[in-house]
Amino acid sequence: MAAKTHSIFDPAIIIPAIGESFKKLNPTTLARNPVMFVTEVGAAITTVLLFLGHGHEFGFFLQIALWLWFTVLFANFAEAMAEGRGKAQAKALRATRTQTYANRVVDGGLEKVGAEQLRKGDVVIVNAGEIIPGDGEVIEGAATVDESAITGESAPVIRESGGDRSAVTGGTKVLSDQLTIRITSNPGETFLDRMIGLVEGAQRQKTPNEIALTILLSGLTIIFLIAMISLKAYGIYSGVDFSIPVLVALLVCLIPTTIGGLLSAIGIAGIDRLVQKNVLAMSGRSVEAAGDVDVLLLDKTGTITLGNRQATEFRPAPGVERQQLAEAAQLASLADETPEGRSIVILAKQFGIRGRELHEMGEAHFVPFTAQTRMSGVDLNGLSYRKGSADAIRKFTGGTLPGAVEEAVAQISSAGGTPLVVAANAEVLGTILLKDVVKGGLADRFERFRAMGIRTIMITGDNRLTAAAIAREAGVDDFLAEAKPEDKLALIRKEQLNGHLVAMTGDGTNDAPALAQADVGVAMNTGTQAAKEAGNMVDLDSNPTKLIEVVEIGKQLLITRGALTTFSIANDVAKYFAIIPAMVVGTFPQISPLNVMRLHSPDSAILSAVIFNAVIIIALIPLALRGVKFRPLGAASILTRNLLIYGLGGILLPFVGIKLIDVIITALHLA
Amino acid sequence: MNNAQGWLELIIYTVVLWAVTKPLGLWVTAVLDPNGKTFLDPAVRPLERLTYRIFGIRPEKEQGWLSYAFSILMFSAVTMLFTYALLRLQAALPLNPQKLPAVADHLAFNTAASFTTNTNWQSYAGESTMSYLSQMLALALHNFLSAAVGIAVAAAIVRGIARHTVATVGNFWVDLVRIHYYLLIPICVVYALFLVSQGMVQNFKPYDTAKVIEPQKVQVQKKDDAGNPVKDAQGNPVMEEQTVDSQTIVEGPMASQIAIKMLGTNGGGYTNANAAHPFENPTPLSNFVQMLSIFAIPSALTYYLGRATRNQRHGWTVWAAMTIMFLAGVLVCWWAEAAGNPLLNGLGIDPAGGNMEGKEVRFGIFDSALFATITTDASCGAVNAMHDSFTPLGGLVPMVNIQLGELIFGGVGAGLYDMLVFIVLAVFIAGLMVGRTPEYLGKKIEAYDVKMATFAILLMAFSMLGFSAYACVTPWGQAGLNNNGPHGLSEILYAYSSCTGNNGSAFAGLTAAPANGDPHYDITLGLATLIGRFGMIIPALALAGSLGRKKLIPAGPGTFPVTGPLFVVLVIGTIVLVGALTFFPALSLAPILEHFLMHSGKLF
Repeated sequence: MAAKTHSIFDPAIIIPAIGESFKKLNPTTLARNPVMFVTEVGAAITTVLLFLGHGHEFGFFLQIALWLWFTVLFANFAEAMAEGRGKAQAKALRATRTQTYANRVVDGGLEKVGAEQLRKGDVVIVNAGEIIPGDGEVIEGAATVDESAITGESAPVIRESGGDRSAVTGGTKVLSDQLTIRITSNPGETFLDRMIGLVEGAQRQKTPNEIALTILLSGLTIIFLIAMISLKAYGIYSGVDFSIPVLVALLVCLIPTTIGGLLSAIGIAGIDRLVQKNVLAMSGRSVEAAGDVDVLLLDKTGTITLGNRQATEFRPAPGVERQQLAEAAQLASLADETPEGRSIVILAKQFGIRGRELHEMGEAHFVPFTAQTRMSGVDLNGLSYRKGSADAIRKFTGGTLPGAVEEAVAQISSAGGTPLVVAANAEVLGTILLKDVVKGGLADRFERFRAMGIRTIMITGDNRLTAAAIAREAGVDDFLAEAKPEDKLALIRKEQLNGHLVAMTGDGTNDAPALAQADVGVAMNTGTQAAKEAGNMVDLDSNPTKLIEVVEIGKQLLITRGALTTFSIANDVAKYFAIIPAMVVGTFPQISPLNVMRLHSPDSAILSAVIFNAVIIIALIPLALRGVKFRPLGAASILTRNLLIYGLGGILLPFVGIKLIDVIITALHLA
Repeated sequence: MNNAQGWLELIIYTVVLWAVTKPLGLWVTAVLDPNGKTFLDPAVRPLERLTYRIFGIRPEKEQGWLSYAFSILMFSAVTMLFTYALLRLQAALPLNPQKLPAVADHLAFNTAASFTTNTNWQSYAGESTMSYLSQMLALALHNFLSAAVGIAVAAAIVRGIARHTVATVGNFWVDLVRIHYYLLIPICVVYALFLVSQGMVQNFKPYDTAKVIEPQKVQVQKKDDAGNPVKDAQGNPVMEEQTVDSQTIVEGPMASQIAIKMLGTNGGGYTNANAAHPFENPTPLSNFVQMLSIFAIPSALTYYLGRATRNQRHGWTVWAAMTIMFLAGVLVCWWAEAAGNPLLNGLGIDPAGGNMEGKEVRFGIFDSALFATITTDASCGAVNAMHDSFTPLGGLVPMVNIQLGELIFGGVGAGLYDMLVFIVLAVFIAGLMVGRTPEYLGKKIEAYDVKMATFAILLMAFSMLGFSAYACVTPWGQAGLNNNGPHGLSEILYAYSSCTGNNGSAFAGLTAAPANGDPHYDITLGLATLIGRFGMIIPALALAGSLGRKKLIPAGPGTFPVTGPLFVVLVIGTIVLVGALTFFPALSLAPILEHFLMHSGKLF
């Protein structure tokens, strides 16, 4: 997929967004956002008053009216920018699915129909070289499928009926063989479509936290409305005539237009950042939940460890050279095509033993690894090299193992590793240590999670000993050993009962209940349809480690929202000091010491505040779209930092900004 | 402020307040637990059980928030009607040695509303309007009841925070009974005896009359036989000379009422001069203890908050936030009053005296500033100096204290639940910044909670600003003013702030019950007290119910911190910012403008 990051200044996004900004002036759609709706009403009132009189200060009131309209337009622009970037991502996904045809199975034959005509339950046949017309489940056949259009991964994958690899995604291409697929979603309802809807305005629903925040912002707006109306009355009492456009200007400066204007952009941008990581969220709500998650369930295999166990060490028996053991181990493993076997060959190469070509070896008789013998080897030059489990080698040598080797075997087992014993004829040469290899950098990452208050739990089918050893090495907080799928579900329920929010990844059908139960369930794209339906996110790369990034994106979204809310409210202090003295000073010149910014004139003061209020929205669009930089720290340090930057900064910055604008517009003789 | 005695007293006051917080807090915790044990149990428990039996209260049956709120509303409505009826029928009832007439209907409404809501705004002069029966039964009754209701609501919201996945917040009737039997009445008995020991009166004698040593002549408005002012041909009032040679000395059951007036943050004076009257506040010690008793229960309730939520540090953090705001208020007020009036200083009056206008000489600048700050922080409203005569900035402090929401310790119970509403808002605004949806003590703050908190604050702003705006542009509103210009606006603003905040103190230049009987002030101020009280109690209880039903999220390093200096800064910041943003425009045309005009030579 084209998961590229669009530059914030990409003209392909900016130019349509400008057009959208004007379309979004439509009051019926703007009413969804009470703060901006009030701003628009204020702008309309000042505009009407402009033509009904107030001729003496026409130029001043015209500028106020214009800047009020700009305030609304800038907010619309922010939303349009976020939507534009989301759409650009979605378009890249959608491009893969135009003009697809399908061979639908009908009574006694096939008919060729457009992909958009397929309905849930239809059965189609896809041949090699054809595009799969929609999301579905393989009910017959096995084939290699190129999913690079969705995942960006060029290696083809196997899709076959039954089991955990039966789900196929619309837009991917069958490379070999033939698949019979039952379509599982109607057009417009695939997860891709749902995703596209999320970043486009029409279907976007406010998340619970956005609703709560909107209530607060509306409440503040009403409080300021009361303050302004009562101010008019106090003015009458005091003999000061506050003109309506000036009161409207003050109102718009005070109501939280900054966060009101950027709120939906922040939300869309959060989903958009997920898409850039190749994760599709099914709702904005799930992104929010990702920020709240405090327990991560991580599958051992694939998430914490690299796929399979690997040979990491040779432990020779007494009197045997390590080199000799390595050579024997390599010979014995040449016929072992399992990943474990190959890892032994690779490890042996580190001892300077070159890779051998089978044909060089002349009269060699290979004994391949089988599950019954649990042993592999080669008969070469009269010697029988064997490697296998301790039991198998014991049987092979027809007796006991040397004491030191028995000890090594016991020690490796108790440390969570798997011991393999190597023998040449009856002579036991030593042991090979096989163990899970923990992915690099995970321990650090988990440490940072701990600082953020997130607990990591490793899930594995291994026995307790093995699980404990890996858990220790990877630095997870807890582990669930010998886990069956239903244990996973039970664990999630238990954690949730204790008030925790749980995130997990899964791909199998038997993961589906747990995925559905988890607060954030990330299904692997390679997983079954059932898993994808149950989760609330899909990872197109099928990389379970990405769960960690999903959580970070969720937190970043919430931090950005909080930071800009704080900033927006803190801004009001300076605006008061700009506007209130300017409104009163005409009647009571004695109040001028309150004009702490020493703004040039009452008109320039009011205009500067209004301009600052509008321009700050534009200035903050990049921050809203990129998000506040996320640092994995404890809550107290994040809060201190953000309160300083966005709280204290939010109080101080407008003093500087308004003064600067005042200097500029005074120089330009605008007021 | 170079007054060592003042600094010393401020330090002693703060330390003593801190010292009583834990023991009283533990006591309150036991009282608010229906099964709590106290050493009074052997004596009081049987009485408590008997009360439950008589009223058919089932103490083990808890109420949901709606039922709890309904009980409070019904209880308040019935007791308010009772007081209204008693005041209207006062002339026909016993214990009226002064033969005082029935209280007028709008004044009776205002007074009944005011006392029911723990405001104790007094549109009347107590000694010349209320019979002993009215003082003791109609008014003093509410001093107890309204205080207990406030504490009960605080208990309910603390329970909501402390509990989880539970639908109930306690039993109002049990709370009401226990708060009276174990907290208010026992303390008041001891407290009243202490006040008597300081020289306060406590009797049922008719008022005494004393001959003054130096008779004075004063000009008063001439009245005709019907009691109406006589006017000349131009419509100006006709004045006549009168000689004052005697003084009425107030008597009556004062100490018993003053004890609960302070402890219950009621503040309604027995006399019109309130705590500046030598009988109502006889000694420096009585002054100190009265100030301490205002903050005692609100301060103890912060300890209860910590205790109940098993986060004592949070309780102390809230206490610290309140204390810092309190000290800031005292210092500003003290500084402004000590600086005095630049115009008088310019006339050669010794500036070291500060602004002594309207202050009791016995208390002086510091004790007046301290008392004024405490009484307005705590929605008490008792005064030992006239706030109206403070300098513009000195008077700004009490006004702002009230407008911030009466949460700097605040009224008994009311201070805590007001504070918790603001904490919910502070946590909601800043909570997101730690990267989680906001939570407070393990409870997610969601749309419903924000709605309730916002609604409460919105109503307060509406009542304070809206009524003031209405009054200041109407003839009846302006007619009540004693001063014009920005000071007049301050008087109006203070009145509606005080009533909405259930404080009850006043810029006394405002005459709310004018001689012509205009009822507008009485009615609007009465409404403001009701909005201020129940407009806060109902959302607060809704919040209690909502928080109690929520799941508890265990605390961890990623949890929003609600203890320590950071949280203190956050809470103070939110309160000051919301308050400042709401009231700055109004204040800038009232005390702030007055301040600048004073410095340019104009007084009002």
